[in-house]
Amino acid sequence: MLTDYESQALLLSLKVSSVAVLCSLPIGLVVAWVLSRCQFWGKSVLDSLVHLPLVLPPVVTGYLLLLSLSPQSALGAWLEEYLGLSFAFSWRGAALAAAVVAFPLLVRSLRLAFDNVDPKLEQAARTLGAGPIRVFFTISLPLIYPGLLAGLVLAFARSLGEFGATITFVANIPNETQTLPLAMFSFIETPGQEFAAARLCVIAVVLALMALLGSEWLSRKNQTKRKGGR
Amino acid sequence: MSELANLVLACDKRLGDCRLSLNISLPLQGVVGIFGLSGSGKTSLINLIAGLIKPDAGRIEFQQQCFVDRQRKRWLAPEQRRIGYVFQDARLFPHYTVRGNLLYGHPTRADTPEKLARIVELLGIKSLLARHPNGLSGGERQRVAIGRALLSDPQLLLMDEPLASLDEPRKQELMPYLKALSSEFNLPIILVSHSLNEVLQLVDHLVLMDAGKVVQHGPLEQVWNSPAMQPWLGVTEQSVLLTAKVAEVTDDHGMLPLALANKADEGGKPLCLWSSCHREKEKGQVLQAGHDVRLKIRAADVAVSRVQPEQTSMRNILPVTLVSMTELADQQIEWLMAVGEQFIKARITAWAQQEMQLKAGESAYALIKGINVLGVSKKS
Repeated sequence: MLTDYESQALLLSLKVSSVAVLCSLPIGLVVAWVLSRCQFWGKSVLDSLVHLPLVLPPVVTGYLLLLSLSPQSALGAWLEEYLGLSFAFSWRGAALAAAVVAFPLLVRSLRLAFDNVDPKLEQAARTLGAGPIRVFFTISLPLIYPGLLAGLVLAFARSLGEFGATITFVANIPNETQTLPLAMFSFIETPGQEFAAARLCVIAVVLALMALLGSEWLSRKNQTKRKGGR
Repeated sequence: MSELANLVLACDKRLGDCRLSLNISLPLQGVVGIFGLSGSGKTSLINLIAGLIKPDAGRIEFQQQCFVDRQRKRWLAPEQRRIGYVFQDARLFPHYTVRGNLLYGHPTRADTPEKLARIVELLGIKSLLARHPNGLSGGERQRVAIGRALLSDPQLLLMDEPLASLDEPRKQELMPYLKALSSEFNLPIILVSHSLNEVLQLVDHLVLMDAGKVVQHGPLEQVWNSPAMQPWLGVTEQSVLLTAKVAEVTDDHGMLPLALANKADEGGKPLCLWSSCHREKEKGQVLQAGHDVRLKIRAADVAVSRVQPEQTSMRNILPVTLVSMTELADQQIEWLMAVGEQFIKARITAWAQQEMQLKAGESAYALIKGINVLGVSKKS
C-alpha cells in the first residue's frame, strides 16, 4: 500500500514526534505546575521564555538550536563528550527541534488544566497526611488527565507538522531527518512528483485525524468512568 | 483542665482587611465550638491550626508539640500535624470511589478492615462504598468526609460548618452522627459554627469571636449566660443554660426529674426540675438516670414570687436569691437570680417591679413555665 520511501518517512515522523512529546512531558509538567501554583520573582520571564518558540519563526528556532548545539559549540561539544549525545544531522536533532517548537503548546494545556484543579482538594489531601509529592501524583495529576491528553495531542500534532526548525537544524536527509513534511517538500520541489506529494498529503491527514479521534475516545472513557460509578 | 490536653494559640495573621489576633489556650475535651458572625475569622482560626495558612507572627502549640513558632523559625507542615479537617464543602476527591476517599489518609495497618467497618457502620455509608462522590447527596458527602478525616487517625478533628451547606432535613440527618463522634472516638473536636442551634446541641466549650478577636471563651453555660453573648440572642431568646443530671424516676406521672447539680433543699434532697417524658420521646431523645443534660430556660418563661406559691399547677418552682437587675427597653426588667452555683433570668414588667420592690440579695421563688432539655452530653 505504501512505498518504502513513504513508510520510511511515516515511521520516522511517528518516532520523532513520539520521542519529542514523551521526553518533553516531564519537563512540561514541572514548568506548568510551577507557572500555575507558584508565585516568584521572574515568573513572567519564565513564562515568556516558554512561549518564545510559539511566536518565533521556526527557522529562527532551528538556527538558534544549530548555533548552540552543533558539535562546534561549547554545549554541543560537552554533550557529545560526556553524554555521547549528538544532535547534528540525526533524527535526535529532529526530535529536539520538534520538542522545542511543540513545548509551548504542551505547557499551555497543562497549565490551564492545573489552574482548573481546585487547590482546596490539594489542601484536603495535605490534611490527610499526604506530602506534596504524593498530592501531585494522586490528586493533581489524575485530575488534569483531560488537559494532559489535549496537550499531548496538540504537541504531537505540532511535532508531526514541524518543518522550518528541523530543516534548518538537521537538514533534509532521507531515513534520518526526513519526516513527512520534509519528504513532501522534496516531492513538491521535484517536477513530475505531484502525485507522490498528494499521497503523502493524504497520509498526513489520516494520521492527524487518528490522533484526534484517539484522544477523543480516551477522554470520553475517562469521563464515563468518573460520572457513572453507581 | 489538665495541662497536657490543650491548644495554645498566640499569633497574628493579616488577611485582607481582617486582622486576626489571638491569644488563648483552649482545653481539648469534648467539642469546642467557635462561634461568631461570618468574616469574624472563625475559619481562618482553624486553618491556622491545620497549617493551611501561616501566621505572620507568634506560635501555635498543641499538647506541647510546636506546630509553628515564627520567632524560632519552626514550621510543621499540615501533613505532619495529624489533624483531621472536615471542610464545609466536603472536598471529596472526584476520581476516587467512596472507599478510596475513606482510605486515602489511612495509614495501612493490620486493623484497617475493622476500623473501616466500624466507621462505615457508625456513619451509615456502607451502601455507598463503591460509588463515586459525584452521585452522592450533600449529606452523604459530608458523612464520607467525616469518615475520611476519622480514618486518617487524627489527634484532633476540625470541622468547618459541616452542616451549613445542607438543607434542614439533611442537617437533622447528620446531627446525631456529630453528637456521637467525640465520645465514640474519644477525640477532641473543634467545630466552627454560626448557628446557635448547632452550638447548643453539640458544644461543651464555646469560643466567641468578633472581628478577628476572641471576645470570650469558657464552658458553654458560662459563655451563654455572659453579657458578651446577649447581642446574639435577641430579645425573645434571652435565656440561660443550666446543667442537670437525670435522676431516677420514682413515680408514674410521666415526668422526668432533672436534678440541678450542687444544690439541695433543706431536706437534703437535690432540687429538681421536671420535664415531660413524652415530649422528650417525641424529640427522639433517650434520657436515662445518670445522664448529664443541658437545660435552656428563656427569661420570658420565668416569673418571680416572694412567697412560695401553693395550690398551683406549676411544677417547676425553685428557691432563688436575687442577684442583679437590668432595665430593658419597653418597660421590661430582667432579674438575674442564683440557684446554688447556677443562674437563671426572669423577665418581668416594670409595673410588677414597682409594686413588688424586689431588691438584690433577697430570697424569692422562680416560677418556671417551660424548660428545654438539650442534647445529652457524656454520661459521667
